[in-house]
Amino acid sequence: MKKSIALIAALAALALPMSAQAHRAWLAPTSTSLSGADAWVGFDAGMSNGVFIPDHAAMRLDGLTITAPDGSTVQAENRNTARYRSTFDLHLTQQGTYRVANVMGGVMVSYKQGGEQKRWRGTEADMAANIPADATDVVATRSNSRIETFVTLGAPTVTALAATGQGIELVPVTHPNDLVAGEAATFKFVRDGQPAAGLEVTVARGGTRYRDNPEEMTVTTGADGSFTVTWPEPGMYWVNASVRTPAAGDQMASNAQYNGVVEVLP
Amino acid sequence: MRPLTLAASAAAFGAIAAPAVAADLTVTVTLPQQTGAAYHRPYVALFIERPVTGQPAVPVRTLAVWYEVSNVAEGKDWLKDMRSWWRGLGRGMTLPADGISSATKAPGRHTVTIPAARLRDLPAGNYTLVVDAARELGGREAVRVPFVWGRANTARGTGSTELGAVTVAVTR
Repeated sequence: MKKSIALIAALAALALPMSAQAHRAWLAPTSTSLSGADAWVGFDAGMSNGVFIPDHAAMRLDGLTITAPDGSTVQAENRNTARYRSTFDLHLTQQGTYRVANVMGGVMVSYKQGGEQKRWRGTEADMAANIPADATDVVATRSNSRIETFVTLGAPTVTALAATGQGIELVPVTHPNDLVAGEAATFKFVRDGQPAAGLEVTVARGGTRYRDNPEEMTVTTGADGSFTVTWPEPGMYWVNASVRTPAAGDQMASNAQYNGVVEVLP
Repeated sequence: MRPLTLAASAAAFGAIAAPAVAADLTVTVTLPQQTGAAYHRPYVALFIERPVTGQPAVPVRTLAVWYEVSNVAEGKDWLKDMRSWWRGLGRGMTLPADGISSATKAPGRHTVTIPAARLRDLPAGNYTLVVDAARELGGREAVRVPFVWGRANTARGTGSTELGAVTVAVTR
């Protein structure tokens, strides 16, 4: 019983990042580069037009997965959902890099039954059993959304950054916690584990409330999925890419979205 | 054990470039008086980097780190604020480190002498001494002073906020 309630919650959360396309999803850490035997980092997660400006909706964190430097999964603490942002803390007890990600995925199906328009959301495995036999105009779309950031205690490591093969993922060439203003950084985007060529990447720096020019950058990934950004200024940056693939043959349509946050130091 | 390690690395470097003949490296750093009610002594890191044309300099070695060593629980929490040192060398080190780490220093002139033995394996060439300072409730400043390792020479630089005069002397 408990499991099915959790599932319903997870399914409800599925829709949020994808349906609120107009708003940007961001998971922002209070620090990204730390020293000492252990450390605490807080996180704000919201959806809004201005990145890191919580003025629209809190993000649901049902898909929150925190990977520790040794590859194990660790839990967030002090979770809270406020009006415009969700917050939680992470106690860093291992030296190295943590990946903090809110990952959601599933299938959305729209169909008609007896002239009535209906929708179903769930996992791909459950789809066949949940779409009535007399359904017509069935349109199924697979979706995957990854909203993530990275924090490092001590020297950066890469174990926690291993790609899962699901959706759009960032593969480091430059480590995401080793970014300095004026320097170039290169990353690779993969989609379902394969290089994501020709993806348009939006890079937006926070703090737009205190300047007139949004100063956004767009770059396009190369054949190997790689893209390079030269950071103009220190700050917290939002990195976004999304892709929609129409249905073809027996492959259903699919949407994938990536929303990462990285900090660039002076 | 320690001499053995030194000898081994000296041999390794010898294959690439001739190590400089025995010389001492003396650095002086002046920490200025700061005004303001809440003064905390700065964290300071002294390290050397090797300039590379058209690319970022390569950090080579930490010479000294002044931090709150007496505060075992929390003293290391702010090492990251000496940003250029932390990124280049600090985050890969274990502190405290013998002959490198010591307590924070009061305003005034401080001299650090690195004996020839500790730099025996450093190949001759152009280097930059970096002094990276960060102060609680204060600012951060890094002063870079180019010098030559392998012959007697002196060099100087100066900071404007967190650091005063910095001198480097290579003596034989």
